[in-house]
Amino acid sequence: MNSRKIELLVGGFILAGLIAFAVLVIKVADIDPTQQAQQYQLTAYFDNIGGLKVRAPIKVGGVVVGRVAKVELDVTELVPKVTMSIDSRFNQFTDTSSVSILTSGLLGEQYIGLTPGFILDEENYLADGDVVEDTRSAVVLEELIGQFLYSSDEGE
Amino acid sequence: MDAIAKLGRYGIDWLARLGQAGLMLFGAIFTITSVKQLWPLVIKQLYHIGVLSLLIITVSGLFIGMVLGLQGYTILVDFGTEDSLGPMVALSLLRELGPVVTALLFAGRAGSAVAAEIGLMKTTEQLASMEMMAVDPLKRVVAPRFWAGMISMPLLTFIFCAVGIWGGHLVGVVWKGIDAGAFWSILNASVEWQQDIVNCVIKSVVFALVVMWIALFKGYSAFPTAEGVSKATTETVVHSSLAVLALDFLLTAWMFGS
Repeated sequence: MNSRKIELLVGGFILAGLIAFAVLVIKVADIDPTQQAQQYQLTAYFDNIGGLKVRAPIKVGGVVVGRVAKVELDVTELVPKVTMSIDSRFNQFTDTSSVSILTSGLLGEQYIGLTPGFILDEENYLADGDVVEDTRSAVVLEELIGQFLYSSDEGE
Repeated sequence: MDAIAKLGRYGIDWLARLGQAGLMLFGAIFTITSVKQLWPLVIKQLYHIGVLSLLIITVSGLFIGMVLGLQGYTILVDFGTEDSLGPMVALSLLRELGPVVTALLFAGRAGSAVAAEIGLMKTTEQLASMEMMAVDPLKRVVAPRFWAGMISMPLLTFIFCAVGIWGGHLVGVVWKGIDAGAFWSILNASVEWQQDIVNCVIKSVVFALVVMWIALFKGYSAFPTAEGVSKATTETVVHSSLAVLALDFLLTAWMFGS
Protein backbone atom coordinates (compact mmCIF):
# COMPACT_ATOMS: atom_id res chain seq x y z
CA MET A 1 0.00 0.00 0.00
CA ASN A 2 1.43 3.41 -0.92
CA SER A 3 2.22 5.94 1.74
CA ARG A 4 -0.34 8.45 0.46
CA LYS A 5 -3.17 6.04 1.21
CA ILE A 6 -1.73 5.25 4.63
CA GLU A 7 -1.46 8.94 5.46
CA LEU A 8 -5.08 9.47 4.37
CA LEU A 9 -6.33 6.58 6.49
CA VAL A 10 -4.31 7.75 9.53
CA GLY A 11 -5.64 11.27 9.08
CA GLY A 12 -9.17 9.91 8.89
CA PHE A 13 -8.58 7.83 12.01
CA ILE A 14 -7.27 10.80 14.05
CA LEU A 15 -10.16 12.92 12.79
CA ALA A 16 -12.68 10.20 13.75
CA GLY A 17 -11.17 9.99 17.25
CA LEU A 18 -11.31 13.74 17.73
CA ILE A 19 -14.89 13.88 16.44
CA ALA A 20 -15.83 11.12 18.88
CA PHE A 21 -14.25 13.15 21.69
CA ALA A 22 -16.14 16.26 20.60
CA VAL A 23 -19.38 14.24 20.56
CA LEU A 24 -18.67 13.00 24.09
CA VAL A 25 -17.94 16.50 25.36
CA ILE A 26 -20.72 18.42 23.62
CA LYS A 27 -23.53 15.92 23.16
CA VAL A 28 -23.00 13.63 26.17
CA ALA A 29 -21.55 15.87 28.88
CA ASP A 30 -23.35 18.93 27.48
CA ILE A 31 -20.46 21.27 28.17
CA ASP A 32 -19.98 24.57 26.44
CA PRO A 33 -16.18 24.79 26.16
CA THR A 34 -16.30 28.52 25.44
CA GLN A 35 -17.71 29.19 28.86
CA GLN A 36 -15.06 28.46 31.48
CA ALA A 37 -16.94 28.72 34.74
CA GLN A 38 -15.53 31.04 37.38
CA GLN A 39 -16.77 30.21 40.83
CA TYR A 40 -16.93 31.81 44.23
CA GLN A 41 -17.32 30.09 47.58
CA LEU A 42 -19.90 30.56 50.31
CA THR A 43 -20.16 28.74 53.59
CA ALA A 44 -23.17 27.91 55.71
CA TYR A 45 -23.62 26.24 59.10
CA PHE A 46 -26.47 23.80 59.56
CA ASP A 47 -27.83 21.93 62.59
CA ASN A 48 -28.23 18.76 60.58
CA ILE A 49 -27.27 18.12 56.99
CA GLY A 50 -29.00 14.73 56.68
CA GLY A 51 -27.51 12.86 53.74
CA LEU A 52 -26.01 15.83 51.89
CA LYS A 53 -23.01 14.80 49.80
CA VAL A 54 -20.13 16.63 48.21
CA ARG A 55 -21.00 17.63 44.59
CA ALA A 56 -24.72 17.85 45.42
CA PRO A 57 -26.35 20.60 43.36
CA ILE A 58 -27.30 24.05 44.67
CA LYS A 59 -30.54 25.18 43.11
CA VAL A 60 -32.44 28.44 42.89
CA GLY A 61 -36.01 27.61 42.03
CA GLY A 62 -34.91 24.33 40.46
CA VAL A 63 -32.06 25.80 38.37
CA VAL A 64 -28.58 24.56 39.26
CA VAL A 65 -26.27 27.48 40.11
CA GLY A 66 -23.44 25.62 41.82
CA ARG A 67 -22.31 22.57 43.73
CA VAL A 68 -21.38 21.59 47.26
CA ALA A 69 -17.58 21.77 47.46
CA LYS A 70 -16.92 20.52 50.97
CA VAL A 71 -18.83 19.06 53.91
CA GLU A 72 -17.04 19.07 57.26
CA LEU A 73 -17.64 19.43 61.00
CA ASP A 74 -16.66 22.79 62.44
CA VAL A 75 -14.25 21.88 65.25
CA THR A 76 -15.08 24.77 67.58
CA GLU A 77 -18.87 24.98 67.19
CA LEU A 78 -19.34 21.24 66.53
CA VAL A 79 -21.93 21.88 63.83
CA PRO A 80 -21.75 20.79 60.18
CA LYS A 81 -20.14 23.36 57.90
CA VAL A 82 -20.95 23.25 54.20
CA THR A 83 -18.83 25.03 51.60
CA MET A 84 -20.66 25.85 48.37
CA SER A 85 -19.10 26.74 45.02
CA ILE A 86 -21.41 29.00 43.06
CA ASP A 87 -21.05 30.07 39.46
CA SER A 88 -19.79 33.65 39.19
CA ARG A 89 -22.56 34.47 36.72
CA PHE A 90 -24.93 34.30 39.70
CA ASN A 91 -23.40 36.86 42.06
CA GLN A 92 -26.49 38.92 42.77
CA PHE A 93 -27.54 37.18 45.99
CA THR A 94 -27.94 39.55 48.93
CA ASP A 95 -26.85 38.65 52.45
CA THR A 96 -30.48 38.16 53.47
CA SER A 97 -30.60 35.06 51.23
CA SER A 98 -31.31 31.75 52.91
CA VAL A 99 -30.28 28.18 52.21
CA SER A 100 -32.15 25.01 53.09
CA ILE A 101 -31.44 21.35 52.53
CA LEU A 102 -34.17 19.77 50.43
CA THR A 103 -34.83 16.36 48.97
CA SER A 104 -35.76 15.78 45.35
CA GLY A 105 -38.72 13.43 45.33
CA LEU A 106 -39.61 11.25 48.30
CA LEU A 107 -36.37 9.30 48.46
CA GLY A 108 -34.26 11.20 45.96
CA GLU A 109 -30.87 12.85 46.43
CA GLN A 110 -30.51 15.82 48.72
CA TYR A 111 -29.63 19.25 47.41
CA ILE A 112 -29.34 22.79 48.70
CA GLY A 113 -32.12 25.18 47.83
CA LEU A 114 -30.99 28.80 47.79
CA THR A 115 -33.69 31.43 48.23
CA PRO A 116 -32.56 34.91 47.17
CA GLY A 117 -33.24 37.68 49.65
CA PHE A 118 -34.85 41.04 48.91
CA ILE A 119 -32.76 43.44 46.92
CA LEU A 120 -32.58 46.79 48.71
CA ASP A 121 -30.09 49.53 48.09
CA GLU A 122 -28.29 49.19 51.38
CA GLU A 123 -28.05 45.40 51.21
CA ASN A 124 -24.68 43.81 50.53
CA TYR A 125 -24.20 41.13 47.96
CA LEU A 126 -22.68 37.82 49.07
CA ALA A 127 -19.09 37.57 47.89
CA ASP A 128 -16.35 34.95 48.01
CA GLY A 129 -15.83 33.59 51.52
CA ASP A 130 -19.05 34.99 53.03
CA VAL A 131 -21.24 33.02 55.42
CA VAL A 132 -24.94 32.56 54.73
CA GLU A 133 -26.61 33.21 58.08
CA ASP A 134 -30.15 32.00 57.44
CA THR A 135 -30.09 28.22 57.16
CA ARG A 136 -32.67 25.50 57.47
CA SER A 137 -31.65 21.93 58.20
CA ALA A 138 -32.53 18.79 56.36
CA VAL A 139 -35.75 17.04 57.25
CA VAL A 140 -34.73 13.66 58.61
CA LEU A 141 -37.45 11.10 58.05
CA GLU A 142 -36.73 9.27 61.31
CA GLU A 143 -37.07 12.47 63.35
CA LEU A 144 -40.29 13.30 61.57
CA ILE A 145 -41.76 9.89 62.38
CA GLY A 146 -40.51 10.25 65.98
CA GLN A 147 -42.23 13.62 66.33
CA PHE A 148 -45.42 12.27 64.84
CA LEU A 149 -45.48 9.33 67.28
CA TYR A 150 -44.71 11.64 70.22
CA SER A 151 -47.44 14.14 69.30
CA SER A 152 -50.04 11.44 68.70
CA ASP A 153 -49.18 10.04 72.16
CA GLU A 154 -49.90 13.39 73.79
CA GLY A 155 -53.17 13.76 71.93
CA GLU A 156 -54.68 10.73 73.66
CA MET B 1 15.85 -22.24 53.39
CA ASP B 2 15.86 -23.16 49.73
CA ALA B 3 12.39 -21.75 49.29
CA ILE B 4 13.40 -18.39 50.77
CA ALA B 5 16.48 -18.25 48.54
CA LYS B 6 14.30 -19.07 45.54
CA LEU B 7 11.91 -16.28 46.48
CA GLY B 8 14.83 -13.91 46.76
CA ARG B 9 16.12 -14.94 43.36
CA TYR B 10 12.68 -14.40 41.81
CA GLY B 11 12.52 -11.00 43.44
CA ILE B 12 15.94 -9.98 42.14
CA ASP B 13 15.14 -11.30 38.66
CA TRP B 14 11.86 -9.42 38.63
CA LEU B 15 13.49 -6.17 39.70
CA ALA B 16 16.23 -6.63 37.12
CA ARG B 17 13.64 -7.10 34.35
CA LEU B 18 11.71 -4.07 35.56
CA GLY B 19 14.93 -2.09 35.43
CA GLN B 20 15.66 -3.32 31.90
CA ALA B 21 12.15 -2.43 30.80
CA GLY B 22 12.47 1.01 32.36
CA LEU B 23 15.81 1.60 30.65
CA MET B 24 14.34 0.50 27.31
CA LEU B 25 11.41 2.90 27.63
CA PHE B 26 13.65 5.71 28.85
CA GLY B 27 16.01 5.12 25.93
CA ALA B 28 13.13 5.12 23.46
CA ILE B 29 11.42 8.26 24.72
CA PHE B 30 14.15 10.55 25.94
CA THR B 31 16.77 10.03 23.26
CA ILE B 32 14.48 11.39 20.56
CA THR B 33 16.33 14.26 18.94
CA SER B 34 14.00 15.28 16.14
CA VAL B 35 10.26 14.93 15.85
CA LYS B 36 10.62 15.48 12.11
CA GLN B 37 12.49 12.20 11.69
CA LEU B 38 10.21 10.30 14.03
CA TRP B 39 6.87 11.48 12.67
CA PRO B 40 6.82 9.55 9.32
CA LEU B 41 7.60 6.36 11.26
CA VAL B 42 4.84 7.15 13.75
CA ILE B 43 2.33 7.64 10.91
CA LYS B 44 3.16 4.20 9.54
CA GLN B 45 2.70 2.67 12.98
CA LEU B 46 -0.51 4.63 13.54
CA TYR B 47 -1.87 2.79 10.54
CA HIS B 48 -0.80 -0.64 11.82
CA ILE B 49 -1.74 -0.02 15.46
CA GLY B 50 -4.64 2.41 15.26
CA VAL B 51 -6.44 2.16 11.91
CA LEU B 52 -6.36 -1.63 11.78
CA SER B 53 -7.82 -1.81 15.33
CA LEU B 54 -10.77 0.38 14.35
CA LEU B 55 -13.00 -2.45 13.16
CA ILE B 56 -12.85 -4.53 16.34
CA ILE B 57 -13.17 -1.42 18.55
CA THR B 58 -16.21 -0.05 16.69
CA VAL B 59 -18.03 -3.36 16.48
CA SER B 60 -17.35 -4.23 20.14
CA GLY B 61 -18.37 -0.74 21.22
CA LEU B 62 -21.64 -0.97 19.33
CA PHE B 63 -22.56 -4.40 20.70
CA ILE B 64 -21.49 -3.65 24.28
CA GLY B 65 -23.56 -0.47 24.18
CA MET B 66 -26.55 -2.37 22.78
CA VAL B 67 -26.27 -5.13 25.40
CA LEU B 68 -26.02 -2.54 28.19
CA GLY B 69 -29.11 -0.85 26.77
CA LEU B 70 -31.07 -4.09 26.58
CA GLN B 71 -30.12 -5.44 30.01
CA GLY B 72 -30.48 -2.03 31.61
CA TYR B 73 -33.94 -1.63 30.10
CA THR B 74 -35.22 -5.02 31.32
CA ILE B 75 -34.06 -4.24 34.87
CA LEU B 76 -35.03 -0.57 35.04
CA VAL B 77 -38.49 -1.06 33.52
CA ASP B 78 -39.48 -3.10 36.61
CA PHE B 79 -39.03 0.03 38.70
CA GLY B 80 -40.54 2.36 36.14
CA THR B 81 -37.24 4.19 35.87
CA GLU B 82 -36.33 3.23 32.31
CA ASP B 83 -35.59 6.90 31.57
CA SER B 84 -32.41 6.47 33.61
CA LEU B 85 -31.10 4.10 30.95
CA GLY B 86 -29.12 6.97 29.38
CA PRO B 87 -26.90 7.71 32.39
CA MET B 88 -26.52 4.00 33.09
CA VAL B 89 -25.16 3.28 29.61
CA ALA B 90 -23.09 6.47 29.38
CA LEU B 91 -21.56 6.27 32.84
CA SER B 92 -20.68 2.58 32.67
CA LEU B 93 -19.04 3.15 29.29
CA LEU B 94 -17.17 6.32 30.19
CA ARG B 95 -16.07 5.29 33.66
CA GLU B 96 -15.18 1.63 33.24
CA LEU B 97 -16.01 -0.29 30.09
CA GLY B 98 -14.69 2.23 27.55
CA PRO B 99 -11.10 2.46 28.79
CA VAL B 100 -10.88 -1.13 30.08
CA VAL B 101 -12.42 -3.05 27.17
CA THR B 102 -10.57 -0.87 24.66
CA ALA B 103 -7.30 -1.60 26.47
CA LEU B 104 -8.02 -5.35 26.55
CA LEU B 105 -8.92 -5.46 22.86
CA PHE B 106 -5.97 -3.23 22.06
CA ALA B 107 -3.63 -5.58 23.92
CA GLY B 108 -5.02 -8.50 21.97
CA ARG B 109 -5.08 -6.81 18.57
CA ALA B 110 -2.17 -4.35 18.55
CA GLY B 111 0.01 -5.30 21.54
CA SER B 112 0.44 -8.90 20.46
CA ALA B 113 1.22 -7.81 16.88
CA VAL B 114 3.88 -5.37 18.10
CA ALA B 115 5.48 -7.99 20.36
CA ALA B 116 5.48 -10.60 17.56
CA GLU B 117 6.90 -8.14 15.04
CA ILE B 118 9.76 -6.97 17.26
CA GLY B 119 10.39 -10.51 18.46
CA LEU B 120 10.70 -11.67 14.86
CA MET B 121 13.01 -8.74 14.08
CA LYS B 122 15.18 -9.93 16.92
CA THR B 123 15.07 -13.57 15.78
CA THR B 124 16.10 -12.65 12.24
CA GLU B 125 18.82 -10.42 13.71
CA GLN B 126 17.42 -7.27 12.16
CA LEU B 127 17.87 -5.38 15.40
CA ALA B 128 21.51 -6.45 15.57
CA SER B 129 22.02 -5.41 11.94
CA MET B 130 20.60 -1.98 12.69
CA GLU B 131 23.09 -1.56 15.47
CA MET B 132 25.85 -2.61 13.08
CA MET B 133 24.77 0.19 10.76
CA ALA B 134 24.77 2.65 13.68
CA VAL B 135 20.95 2.92 13.69
CA ASP B 136 19.58 2.88 17.21
CA PRO B 137 16.75 0.28 17.23
CA LEU B 138 15.25 2.04 20.23
CA LYS B 139 14.74 5.17 18.15
CA ARG B 140 13.94 3.42 14.91
CA VAL B 141 11.71 0.54 16.10
CA VAL B 142 10.56 1.07 19.69
CA ALA B 143 9.87 4.81 19.88
CA PRO B 144 7.52 5.08 16.84
CA ARG B 145 5.45 2.16 18.06
CA PHE B 146 5.29 3.58 21.55
CA TRP B 147 4.07 6.99 20.41
CA ALA B 148 1.64 5.47 17.91
CA GLY B 149 0.12 3.43 20.75
CA MET B 150 -0.05 6.44 23.06
CA ILE B 151 -1.90 8.43 20.38
CA SER B 152 -4.21 5.65 19.16
CA MET B 153 -5.50 4.29 22.45
CA PRO B 154 -7.24 7.43 23.74
CA LEU B 155 -8.71 8.03 20.28
CA LEU B 156 -9.95 4.44 20.10
CA THR B 157 -11.43 4.83 23.60
CA PHE B 158 -13.39 7.92 22.53
CA ILE B 159 -14.67 6.11 19.44
CA PHE B 160 -15.62 3.09 21.58
CA CYS B 161 -17.56 5.24 24.08
CA ALA B 162 -19.30 7.33 21.42
CA VAL B 163 -20.34 4.27 19.41
CA GLY B 164 -21.40 2.45 22.60
CA ILE B 165 -23.63 5.29 23.74
CA TRP B 166 -25.14 5.42 20.26
CA GLY B 167 -25.77 1.65 20.53
CA GLY B 168 -27.50 2.14 23.88
CA HIS B 169 -29.59 4.88 22.32
CA LEU B 170 -30.44 2.58 19.43
CA VAL B 171 -31.83 -0.13 21.74
CA GLY B 172 -33.38 2.16 24.34
CA VAL B 173 -34.96 4.85 22.21
CA VAL B 174 -35.43 3.33 18.77
CA TRP B 175 -36.25 -0.25 19.75
CA LYS B 176 -37.76 -0.05 23.24
CA GLY B 177 -39.35 3.37 22.81
CA ILE B 178 -37.91 5.42 25.66
CA ASP B 179 -38.54 9.11 25.11
CA ALA B 180 -35.51 10.52 23.28
CA GLY B 181 -35.68 13.87 25.07
CA ALA B 182 -35.69 12.26 28.51
CA PHE B 183 -32.88 9.88 27.50
CA TRP B 184 -30.54 12.70 26.47
CA SER B 185 -31.47 15.26 29.12
CA ILE B 186 -30.99 12.86 32.07
CA LEU B 187 -27.79 11.61 30.41
CA ASN B 188 -26.51 15.18 30.06
CA ALA B 189 -27.36 15.97 33.66
CA SER B 190 -25.44 12.99 35.05
CA VAL B 191 -22.28 13.01 32.94
CA GLU B 192 -19.74 15.44 34.29
CA TRP B 193 -16.65 16.88 32.68
CA GLN B 194 -14.13 16.32 35.47
CA GLN B 195 -15.43 13.14 37.03
CA ASP B 196 -16.32 11.21 33.89
CA ILE B 197 -14.68 12.58 30.75
CA VAL B 198 -11.33 13.68 32.21
CA ASN B 199 -11.02 10.47 34.23
CA CYS B 200 -11.83 8.45 31.09
CA VAL B 201 -8.96 10.22 29.31
CA ILE B 202 -6.57 9.66 32.24
CA LYS B 203 -7.44 5.97 32.37
CA SER B 204 -6.96 5.44 28.65
CA VAL B 205 -3.57 7.20 28.67
CA VAL B 206 -2.36 5.11 31.62
CA PHE B 207 -3.58 1.89 29.98
CA ALA B 208 -1.94 2.87 26.68
CA LEU B 209 1.37 3.37 28.46
CA VAL B 210 1.14 0.04 30.26
CA VAL B 211 0.03 -2.00 27.24
CA MET B 212 2.61 -0.51 24.88
CA TRP B 213 5.38 -0.79 27.46
CA ILE B 214 4.67 -4.47 28.12
CA ALA B 215 4.29 -5.29 24.41
CA LEU B 216 7.49 -3.50 23.42
CA PHE B 217 9.53 -4.97 26.25
CA LYS B 218 8.24 -8.51 25.70
CA GLY B 219 9.07 -8.28 21.99
CA TYR B 220 12.43 -6.63 22.58
CA SER B 221 13.51 -9.15 25.19
CA ALA B 222 12.04 -12.21 23.42
CA PHE B 223 14.21 -15.30 23.23
CA PRO B 224 15.26 -15.40 19.55
CA THR B 225 13.50 -18.62 18.53
CA ALA B 226 10.06 -19.38 17.14
CA GLU B 227 9.06 -20.58 20.59
CA GLY B 228 10.46 -17.44 22.21
CA VAL B 229 8.45 -15.18 19.92
CA SER B 230 5.22 -17.10 20.51
CA LYS B 231 5.86 -16.95 24.25
CA ALA B 232 6.48 -13.22 24.09
CA THR B 233 3.22 -12.73 22.18
CA THR B 234 1.20 -14.77 24.67
CA GLU B 235 2.82 -13.09 27.66
CA THR B 236 2.07 -9.67 26.21
CA VAL B 237 -1.65 -10.38 26.10
CA VAL B 238 -1.75 -12.08 29.52
CA HIS B 239 0.41 -9.58 31.39
CA SER B 240 -1.08 -6.47 29.87
CA SER B 241 -4.64 -7.70 30.47
CA LEU B 242 -3.84 -8.42 34.12
CA ALA B 243 -2.03 -5.10 34.51
CA VAL B 244 -4.96 -3.21 32.95
CA LEU B 245 -7.51 -4.86 35.24
CA ALA B 246 -5.41 -4.31 38.38
CA LEU B 247 -4.61 -0.71 37.47
CA ASP B 248 -8.27 -0.08 36.68
CA PHE B 249 -9.18 -1.01 40.24
CA LEU B 250 -6.48 1.27 41.66
CA LEU B 251 -7.47 4.17 39.41
CA THR B 252 -11.17 3.70 40.16
CA ALA B 253 -10.45 3.62 43.90
CA TRP B 254 -8.42 6.82 43.54
CA MET B 255 -10.97 8.61 41.32
CA PHE B 256 -14.28 7.50 42.79
CA GLY B 257 -13.25 6.05 46.15
CA SER B 258 -13.68 9.04 48.44
